[in-house]
Amino acid sequence: MSNETTAKTPAPQGGRAGMKKELSEEFKAYKHVWVFVELERGQVHPVSWELMGEGRKLADKLGVELAGVIIGAPGEASKMAAAECFAFGADVAYVAQHEALAEYRNDPFTRVFTDLVKTYKPEILLLGATTLGRDLAGSVATTLLTGLTADSTELAVDADGSLAATRPTFGGSLLCTIYTLNYRPQMATVRPRVMAMPERREGRIGRVVEVVPNLVESDIVTKVLSFLPDRESSKSNLAYADIVVAGGIGLQSAENFQLVKALAEVLGGEYGCSRPVVQKGWVPVDRQIGQTGKTIRPKLYIAAGISGAIQHRVGVEGADLILAINTDKNAPIFDFAHVGVVGDATRILPTLTRAFRARLSVNRLAS
Amino acid sequence: MIEERFDAIVVGAGPAGNACALTLAQRGLKVLQLERGEYPGSKNVQGAILYSDALEQLIPDFREDAPLERHIIEQRLWMMDDRSTTAMQYRSDDFNEEKPNRYTIIRAQFDKWFSKRVQAAGALVICETTVTELVQDDTGRVIGVRTDRVGGFIKADVVVLAEGVNGLLGARAGLREVPAPKTVALAVKEMHFLPQETIEARFNLKGDEGVVIEAAGTITKGMTGTAFIYTNKESLAVGIGCLISDFAETGETPYGLLERFKAHPSAVPLLSGSEVKEYAAHMIPEGGYRAIPKLFGDGWLVVGDAGQFVNAVHREGSNLAMTTGRIAAETIAQIKTRRDPMTAENLAIYKKKLDESFVMKDLKKYKNLPHALENKHLFTTYPQLLSSAMQTWFRVDGVEKKAKENAIVKSFFSARRFTGLVSDAFSMARGWR
Amino acid sequence: MHIVVCLKQVPDSAQIRVHPVTNTIMRQGVPTIINPYDLFALEQALQLRDQHGGEVTVLTMGPPMAEDSLRKALTFGADRAVLLTDRFFAGSDTLATSFALASAIQKISETWSAPDIVFTGKQTIDGDTAQVGPGVARRLELNQLTYVARISGIDFAERSVTVERRAEGGVQTLKTSLPCLVTMLEGTNTIRRGTMHDALRAARATVVKWSAAEAGIKDLTKCGLKGSPTVVKRVFAPTPRSERAQIVDLTGKSNEEMGEALMAEIFARSPSLESALEKMAAGY
Ligand SMILES: Cc1cc2nc3c(=O)[nH]c(=O)nc-3n(C[C@H](O)[C@H](O)[C@H](O)COP(=O)(O)OP(=O)(O)OC[C@H]3O[C@@H](n4cnc5c(N)ncnc54)[C@H](O)[C@@H]3O)c2cc1C
Ligand SMILES: Cc1cc2nc3c(=O)[nH]c(=O)nc-3n(C[C@H](O)[C@H](O)[C@H](O)COP(=O)(O)OP(=O)(O)OC[C@H]3O[C@@H](n4cnc5c(N)ncnc54)[C@H](O)[C@@H]3O)c2cc1C
Ligand SMILES: Nc1ncnc2c1ncn2[C@@H]1O[C@H](COP(=O)(O)O)[C@@H](O)[C@H]1O
Repeated sequence: MSNETTAKTPAPQGGRAGMKKELSEEFKAYKHVWVFVELERGQVHPVSWELMGEGRKLADKLGVELAGVIIGAPGEASKMAAAECFAFGADVAYVAQHEALAEYRNDPFTRVFTDLVKTYKPEILLLGATTLGRDLAGSVATTLLTGLTADSTELAVDADGSLAATRPTFGGSLLCTIYTLNYRPQMATVRPRVMAMPERREGRIGRVVEVVPNLVESDIVTKVLSFLPDRESSKSNLAYADIVVAGGIGLQSAENFQLVKALAEVLGGEYGCSRPVVQKGWVPVDRQIGQTGKTIRPKLYIAAGISGAIQHRVGVEGADLILAINTDKNAPIFDFAHVGVVGDATRILPTLTRAFRARLSVNRLAS
Repeated sequence: MIEERFDAIVVGAGPAGNACALTLAQRGLKVLQLERGEYPGSKNVQGAILYSDALEQLIPDFREDAPLERHIIEQRLWMMDDRSTTAMQYRSDDFNEEKPNRYTIIRAQFDKWFSKRVQAAGALVICETTVTELVQDDTGRVIGVRTDRVGGFIKADVVVLAEGVNGLLGARAGLREVPAPKTVALAVKEMHFLPQETIEARFNLKGDEGVVIEAAGTITKGMTGTAFIYTNKESLAVGIGCLISDFAETGETPYGLLERFKAHPSAVPLLSGSEVKEYAAHMIPEGGYRAIPKLFGDGWLVVGDAGQFVNAVHREGSNLAMTTGRIAAETIAQIKTRRDPMTAENLAIYKKKLDESFVMKDLKKYKNLPHALENKHLFTTYPQLLSSAMQTWFRVDGVEKKAKENAIVKSFFSARRFTGLVSDAFSMARGWR
Repeated sequence: MHIVVCLKQVPDSAQIRVHPVTNTIMRQGVPTIINPYDLFALEQALQLRDQHGGEVTVLTMGPPMAEDSLRKALTFGADRAVLLTDRFFAGSDTLATSFALASAIQKISETWSAPDIVFTGKQTIDGDTAQVGPGVARRLELNQLTYVARISGIDFAERSVTVERRAEGGVQTLKTSLPCLVTMLEGTNTIRRGTMHDALRAARATVVKWSAAEAGIKDLTKCGLKGSPTVVKRVFAPTPRSERAQIVDLTGKSNEEMGEALMAEIFARSPSLESALEKMAAGY
């Protein structure tokens, strides 16, 4: 991920790309694909299983093992997570348990994780690009002095077995493929919902490797004083919703935005928005969809009054069906929506809400 | 806090303000320049023509590092009706000279570069700061400005108004009038980005050569105005402008006109496949000599567009802006050296110097033209006549040439009676003289 | 208190164009801005300074023209600006960038005083990795606090700081000791408008410029391309979807018919959705 500060294009073809692969002896021992299993408060973040599906493909291509790495407090949750790892395709589960790992903190997690890497030497390391995953990945990569491709959208191995991680660059206008040629492990993070959820195979088993980390709570400077679960987002499930209705600045006012919420509610879906809507303060930031918001993969996405800027587009392209409502027939959203309506969203949204409500209540009566 | 006091405050960092601040700083005055845009040029309509002469007088070696796009080797004049274009084209290798006379520039970049020179000369330049008010003492004398920042009052011996066409500050202080719609044109402009190779192929250019197209005719729907296409390195500046009073009268929108121009069969092949990035609207003072307001008073001076210094006929503006800015600065420096106060009486030298310069002489020369251009036939009847004349002339269809000539002459007379034709020709000629 | 804020000058990505043939970035006319996230960090730093006294140093690694962004930060009220600029830094990835920034912060400590807090933005809009902050923290062994929404308290006697951190599914309240590195979340505040006095001071200020050597960097192999383990092999444009949306014509339809027509269109394209919705409705 080029963090170039010069005003030039990333990756002049033949620039860095010309560099040869010369893996040192030290790194040749690095084998196998690892996925960090993000376990917090007894629950695994679904992104970990999405990565497990992706990791399986890479491991098969390379002919190596796939492992899940679980770091947490001793107890049932860790054990269950290990079993889930296997169900989602892992061959091995590394389980590091310690009281000091009950809640995520950068310092102990970084130490435990880097120790694991140094001991077992994986060649590929995948993490979810969540607040936890990004916090951890940056520290681990810097400690190991290796490369890290953030927010990858595609992972592959090429002919010589190197990880090719593709990610958007320059605000999504371009994609670039990044390699970590001469260092190991090759690290990448992937945002939730970018990869599809793999199928769960009940009864699949694997090898568990237990690790006892050498940690002392009093050595850890940072303390978690409290954790306050989100009230709204305990209900909100935007990234994982099957139906999402979103509104853009074309709706013109916070009052009109209620029309979006109303339709989402009737459909039993979630509502979302474009960035300017958040900036206007109509809706909280966790409802933003796009490059700097959430990536979604719903069965149905309805976008009302959203122009379809590239930064928004990258967050919704995984949707099965996109319906766009926009007054401007040339709006870029019609370039990637499946169905379009050229018209005033403030007029069309209520008609849709009414139609669905009528239809669904008829059904309810019938049943 | 020590009270800040400057020899001069320059309001605005366009060509006029920059020329003025640069000259003042070069002469050792303590100068503060205030610009409301995020950076100099950020508020300016991009893509324009730079005439070397005025800048050369300020920065002789400007060609070395100024962000110039292309030097102009070809000028096209288009007279258009709805489907056709009658063109005049002048291209000369003589324009491939060592020190070319005209360049296309992108104002956002050019103004920024210019401002760096101003800062290097020692002027303090502060952006994102709007001057909200001229502060006057009991006698009406301007003693400084107030800005939109906290603690925004700053004193100066003289304030130079280089604020561009709106001229709100001067008007608000009751020092001058707001320009009338009849003397102000509204221009809209877009940047059409294309790969460099494409531009060079479409316009037959090599290296830094460039083309300018000026267009008139029915594209303005009978309103007084013109359209243009300028070639930059990787973009085309495409725009159209008409008098504000005409827009008001016809109910046309500038954007609608621009769309029409871009959709014209003569424009389409030049623009096709381009990526449009910026859309901007800006006013141009086109009242000419007769519209020039009061230019100085106790503690203040007006330069550039704020003083209506635009030669609409030759599309000159930035050069007049720079020249008036420079002359104003020279006047101030002169008074300062003599340790005289910046009174209206002393600042009157500015007007005198302007009268002696090409600025006033040129504007005087065309003083009747704006009026002549109000003749709507120029933008309706004539382009159509010209087009049908051309068709009659070029179409080979077995009709004898003499008959064709007669038909053309007749078409002109039937469209506009003889007296009308003569008076149109006469008023145009008078305007140009 | 001494606070260092790392900020980056970035191209305004909303205005970037891509050459249709070569897929290179066409930068002509693309303005640069201060990375928007870094402004949240800067404002937080300025507020802390206003409350507790001390000074704010802004730091950028970038080309000479990045000076504009630093000067702007001074206009907002920062006290000092350092520009780390050297051709050896060109082509840095996040590892090399964090090395350079960490080295410069070391040098800042020696030249003025060691920072109590280093701030970065959550992420940049061009690199967009959110990794430089953690990288700097690791290299300087600062306690790392990412995605911070609020600094709830600083105790100088105890040298401790308490923050609210956005975690997955909730807000963590964390307490750690100074010095620390904080990456600020968006939407936490709005950058102030500097006073006329700040603006004048910024216009007169000199931005401190350091080359790699001046920043005390001896090992140049850790900088720029050489110091970057990642290699960008290919840059390409996203493939556009082959067809445009099919436009449903609703002209002449009553409001009722409109809704019906659209719903029918949706169900025709996604029968599974229809049955899923029916099930949901039945389950009420
Ligand atoms: C670094 C960076 C990151 C970004 N990240 C994101 C991101 O994560 N998510 C995101 O969404 N944006 C993001 N953006 C912003 C993005 O570039 C666009 O500015 C934004 O998506 C536009 O929002 P919009 O479509 O609501 O507004 P606009 O682009 O203004 O579009 C409004 C649309 O509404 C239409 N309209 C107007 N009235 C009506 C009506 N009555 N009925 C129907 N339609 C109507 C208009 O025709 C127009 O197409 C980012 C930008 C940058 C620079
Ligand atoms: C479409 C178009 C095409 C043109 N083409 C050409 C051309 O090809 N060649 C040519 O020579 N001329 C051209 N002109 C004219 C030329 O642009 C102007 O004559 C010239 O810019 C005038 O310079 P100026 O410095 O007086 O004003 P401006 O360039 O308008 O600068 C005024 C500055 O003052 C700032 N300002 C205003 N009010 C305040 C305030 N209260 N506080 C602080 N700052 C303030 C503004 O932000 C602005 O930056 C064109 C104009 C237009 C609109
Ligand atoms: N070149 C740089 N100079 C200064 N700060 C930087 C630079 N690059 C990144 N940063 C800081 O690191 C944060 C994260 O950047 P990134 O990892 O690129 O998303 C930014 O918000 C900045 O605060």
